[in-house]
Amino acid sequence: MVRLADLPEWERDHMLNKIPNLPRFGINAWVAGRPLAKRRVAIVTTAGLHLRGDRPFGQGDARSAYRVIPGNASAADIVMSQFSTNFDRSGFQQDLNIAFPIDRLRELAGDGIIGSVADFHYSFMGAGSPVNRMEPKAREVAGLLKKDKVDAVLLTPV
Amino acid sequence: MREHAEAIQPPRTLWVPFPLGRPLGVPNDPAFQRRVVISALRLLERPSGPVLEDFPEDVPPIAEDESQEGMACPISFAPDMAKATLAEKVAAEISQLRAWHDLSVKNRGRTATGVAGAALEDLVGFIAAWAGGKPRTNFRDDILPIDALRLACDELKTFYSEAVLAQPGTHSIESIQDWFWGQTAAGKLLFDLHAATLKSSDKLEKFFADNNLVPRRIRHTIGKKEN
Repeated sequence: MVRLADLPEWERDHMLNKIPNLPRFGINAWVAGRPLAKRRVAIVTTAGLHLRGDRPFGQGDARSAYRVIPGNASAADIVMSQFSTNFDRSGFQQDLNIAFPIDRLRELAGDGIIGSVADFHYSFMGAGSPVNRMEPKAREVAGLLKKDKVDAVLLTPV
Repeated sequence: MREHAEAIQPPRTLWVPFPLGRPLGVPNDPAFQRRVVISALRLLERPSGPVLEDFPEDVPPIAEDESQEGMACPISFAPDMAKATLAEKVAAEISQLRAWHDLSVKNRGRTATGVAGAALEDLVGFIAAWAGGKPRTNFRDDILPIDALRLACDELKTFYSEAVLAQPGTHSIESIQDWFWGQTAAGKLLFDLHAATLKSSDKLEKFFADNNLVPRRIRHTIGKKEN
């Protein structure tokens, strides 16, 4: 996310013009859940990340597909094939954790601040609209997260 | 965008005032990143919601003198390159930047290149052929040509960015972009591709030109002089 006031007018307009087409969450139910120190945490990112050997994100995916990133994947094996050219990639080139903070989660689990780190994490290619066409795949991922006993997800948009 | 979260109203959002592409704020700063992650995860302990909270810290600014130092030097060509084609000049640039890129890989133990699945020199030939409207051979058959083109362009940008990040100085997001698009033959080649694909009657090609090739910031600055 970024501060609107920091953007030039044309970029500000681009971002504000998206608002009428955004879905509304529309669910008022509030789930409290377990204390953080007992939670199992996964990352779901829209950075278009995947393993080096995976098929890159492309038109053939209907842009709503996701890729699985095993929790034990090494940083050297995780690459990016996002469509958008309008966000910074030099941060990701310097440090995977800037968009996929797997090392931070491992440290927090080691320190007992969270319970554990999930075995599997997920990445979508977030550029594209309308975003609600991702809902079927998002529900699919939610089901997979439940099977991995995950009860907290850190969403990292770029 | 905070305004997007206000509209969608997800149960818990930590708004962060960082550049797009850097949701954790500062690369290679584990302490800063840890504060961001903990602030986000602590929202899970709130008794009611929806919660939209602001992260209180900004990314530390790069001092102006450091930023100036971080502006990469233009790549100089040997006199016999004066009549070279743009693709040949890009190949020469790649050759000159290779040592910096090798250093980048050595320092970081990883590279974000290698996604397209072909040698960089071959990708340059593919891009130049597309930009010049010449026959071209798709370098992989498991993806659409337009996806191959996007990956080839991203590969080129990534190689240059990683190479310059290994050079001395502090490199801001803007200084890397301005150098690539304003001072390199590779940037010029991608501007040529942009001009060619923008005129295309193919819907996917036109969409690529409009959205996935030249950053909007560059189109509104350097691009106005190029096109």
